[in-house]
Amino acid sequence: MASLRICVRRAPLEAPDGPGTAVSVRLPSDVDCIEEAVALLTYHCTAGMRASSRLRFRLQVVLAEALANAMLRGNREQPGKWVDVRAVLLPELVRLHIADEGPGFDPAAVPEPVSPARLQEPNGRGLFLMRHLADSVDFNAQGNSVCITLRRS
Amino acid sequence: MGFSETRQGGVVVVRAEGQLIVGNRHELKELVARRLADGERRFVIDFSGTGYIDSSGLGALVTMARQAREQGGELRIAGLNDDLRALFELTKLDTLFAISDTAEQALASF
Repeated sequence: MASLRICVRRAPLEAPDGPGTAVSVRLPSDVDCIEEAVALLTYHCTAGMRASSRLRFRLQVVLAEALANAMLRGNREQPGKWVDVRAVLLPELVRLHIADEGPGFDPAAVPEPVSPARLQEPNGRGLFLMRHLADSVDFNAQGNSVCITLRRS
Repeated sequence: MGFSETRQGGVVVVRAEGQLIVGNRHELKELVARRLADGERRFVIDFSGTGYIDSSGLGALVTMARQAREQGGELRIAGLNDDLRALFELTKLDTLFAISDTAEQALASF
């Protein structure tokens, strides 16, 4: 795994969005960073707050999918292109904003991966997992930024 | 993070030491491809040391299982925690793989 020095910024979040905490991280487009980034972000999203093992699992998978999507399909692993993550931590929910510098894509054009015809395909399950493990997944119009909400209960 | 392998009664048991995700899936695929080339045909992937698997990891398992089947072999799954088992059910991959609670049970099922 690449040796990664991730700079995490934590800041208090005031009304109208808070009270809560905002955590932000900027990552290079390197998939070897993902496991460490997921561990770090999951820690910050759950530290000192109500968090079941189920929420940790959902956070880990959703973050891994969103980061891989941003690095591989968004930034196409180009050096110099970044992935920005901002997590808004509130008592009842975690909201993740993940943006890449790629051209974007149309999430509506991604087929369902669980049909019998697609079950043996190696690709195409990432967005499906995000949508089923998160409470909401919303892309911007360009398709290069996603807002993911997970309720804590 | 990594993979360790043992050979027990004609079955290659690969234990995942950590997550199976986009960053390390090729390592596991290459390990299984090497053993297939060596003539091995029966595989158990033991996930009892794994917290989560991403879609790339699931895709790698689908590919490895197909490669094993094409050569008359089989790849089985063991040691999934409750969340991982739910992930296999959600993606309907539980219909594609024989899944055992433990590696020992998977070995006995061959």
